[in-house]
Amino acid sequence: MMAETKTMNMIEAINSAMDVMLERDPATVVMGEDVGFFGGVFRATAGLQRKHGKTRVFDTPINECGIIGVAVGMGAYGLRPVPEIQFADYIYPGLDQLVSEAARLRYRSANDFICPMTVRTPFGGGIFGGQTHSQSPESIMTHICGVKTVIPSNPYDAKGLLIAAIEDNDPVVFLEPKRIYNGPFSGYYDRPVEPWSKHDASAVPEGYYRIDLGKAATVRAGEALTILAYGTMVHVTKTIVEEMGIDAEILDLRTLLPLDIEAIEASVKKTGRCLIIHEATRTSGFGAELAALVQERCFYHLEAPVERVTGFDTPYPHSLEWAYFPGPVRIATALTKILKD
Amino acid sequence: MPETTPQKEVGRPASNLPPLSLHIPEPRYRPGDTPDFGDIEVPAVEATPRPGEATKPDAMRELCYGLVRVLDFDGQAKGQWDPRLSPERLRSMLRNMMLTRAFDDRMFRAQRQGKTSFYMKCTGEEATSVASTMAIDRTDMVFPSYRQQGILITRDYPLIQMMNQIYSNRGDHLLGRQLPIMYSAPEHGFFSVSGNLATQYPQAVGWAMASASKGDSRIATVWCGEGSSAEGDFHSALTFATVYNAPVIFNVVNNQWAISSFSGFAGGERTTFAARAVGYGIAGLRVDGNDPLAVYAATQWAADRARTNNGPTLIEHFTYRSEGHSTSDDPSAYRAADEATAWPFGDPIARLKQHLITLGEWDEERHAAQAKELDELVKTTQKQSEKLGILGHGMHQPFETMFEDVFEEMPWHLKEQCDQMLAEQEAKFGPDWKPE
Repeated sequence: MMAETKTMNMIEAINSAMDVMLERDPATVVMGEDVGFFGGVFRATAGLQRKHGKTRVFDTPINECGIIGVAVGMGAYGLRPVPEIQFADYIYPGLDQLVSEAARLRYRSANDFICPMTVRTPFGGGIFGGQTHSQSPESIMTHICGVKTVIPSNPYDAKGLLIAAIEDNDPVVFLEPKRIYNGPFSGYYDRPVEPWSKHDASAVPEGYYRIDLGKAATVRAGEALTILAYGTMVHVTKTIVEEMGIDAEILDLRTLLPLDIEAIEASVKKTGRCLIIHEATRTSGFGAELAALVQERCFYHLEAPVERVTGFDTPYPHSLEWAYFPGPVRIATALTKILKD
Repeated sequence: MPETTPQKEVGRPASNLPPLSLHIPEPRYRPGDTPDFGDIEVPAVEATPRPGEATKPDAMRELCYGLVRVLDFDGQAKGQWDPRLSPERLRSMLRNMMLTRAFDDRMFRAQRQGKTSFYMKCTGEEATSVASTMAIDRTDMVFPSYRQQGILITRDYPLIQMMNQIYSNRGDHLLGRQLPIMYSAPEHGFFSVSGNLATQYPQAVGWAMASASKGDSRIATVWCGEGSSAEGDFHSALTFATVYNAPVIFNVVNNQWAISSFSGFAGGERTTFAARAVGYGIAGLRVDGNDPLAVYAATQWAADRARTNNGPTLIEHFTYRSEGHSTSDDPSAYRAADEATAWPFGDPIARLKQHLITLGEWDEERHAAQAKELDELVKTTQKQSEKLGILGHGMHQPFETMFEDVFEEMPWHLKEQCDQMLAEQEAKFGPDWKPE
């Protein structure tokens, strides 16, 4: 049975997830820089403080170490904190609390203490954010043992995954692709942005529902090759594949850790080709892990080398953003190559 | 040899201004020196007023630079800060400190005998844990650093559980995952010891904020050393605490040494650690950390303040680390040998003993008998613990526990790695092998 749905963009869906959890679970608290009265620089928490009160939704000092550290303590008390880090690029001052504390607490205390925290943070480029507002640090997160990493690509998934993340009893880093907050991105920066309202995934149930972590989604079924993508790149990839008329199977990974290895294996064994696409820098990027896994598990089914399309190994440049971004040309080139190999 | 690009020349451009100079702090005494702490200011016991618990921080700044004292050096309790504890409470405090020391001595020796990898004593600093724990409620949450074994002992945590953890044996409820002394005891209000420095500071503030937001009556207390007060986490914590007026007590145990770095490398040459509170607008108290009654009184003051929504307090416990940083340390390599004996504030156990004797509530015979009784208690408990194993003699935890509790549920990649590890162990030890 489908509950009442409403057309939502990513921001509204994320807002709705927190609203639902603040309502359902008195332990849930939302905090971060500018998230309270103002409702967040991206408006993700708009109206939540007015509705749920100042002790449930509040502003914090500009101090990411403090934000994550305080959330660890709140978790130890029995709360379910949902801190926002205003940009993923700002998570580094809080990384010690995330890596050595939040991620290790259950293990080091043998379940005496847990950290049911969800760190929400906008990430990725394509908004002229320069090098400190554009980074994609997902592979730093997946390299930490004890943290789950989730990246939604549309409003429906964003809400269901965020609710599942908040309900999870382990720390989750919830990376929000900010380029697609207001609409899916085709990869053509010179074309007008299509609003989410024209996309099926903008029909979002108003109430509670969850999408289990660790499950990929098939965006498009196909036979010619498997494309592994997540976040913004799901939409860019789909645009190019359709333009080129390629019968690609596109998997939206949705959760990077734990990874849906079954879905990846089944698809690559079926198609015999695998292209991995992410916006993050190339070297030691999550694509390297995916390529290794595919090679280990599907080698005898592969008809071509596994290919990667990624951002370059440079800081995210401000004015040359679109030369950096893994856009239509880079993807088309890789597709042509992998289908020829 | 590969050619290197020369650095841009670092030099002084022509200038008629005097040259700048860089200050590198240096402790006053090094090995071979005779330490003399005669110039440390020791204010008279009666000199320090006790303000009301709701006093505004800026009206009590002097306390950040003075020294809260109760016991004079003749064993008399004096002044406004005297907590007027019953003889029974005083004897209990003495016993907790003596037990902590007996435990430390025994476990230090166990490490030297090769029964475990590591140990850290708190000799000379027992009051900072024991007396402050006695001044808060048993249900208040403590976020310790690594030298607060006195808290667990004061809260009657079973000694055998501490030893089992130190030995990583099969009774260790942390399953041998943590370095010795990194205890965790939620049922005793004792947060898991991290091993990273000062990370517990913002966590304690978060716990206290949660308690306040839920209308609870419990407060949080947290410890770090003067050395780790230089960490960003310390300053994050103080910022959050003042912003939200969190019911938390910050303890900085200034034992003068952070491994080989004297307190000057944490900024101690130019101000006190209690004075860190001033800039944050929170209450600060600087206390004679070798005076158990002063530690008790200051903590009680801070606890009353926190519990009545008057906010956080930073307490600097001015003390001295009589022993090495840990079993891996050799202080004779960097500090004068006699510093501990030259320290003008004496020993906390000796001072409380003297006070009780002065009161006519204790004597040398009872003291000696108690010391013997506690040694025996520790020794007997040690034997029981060692029956459950010592580090490195047999593997005490089932191998698969290595993969448990990374997450609540084990994901596929950890299951695969666990299977691989079990196969490796079987290849090594044969199929019938089981942990001892």
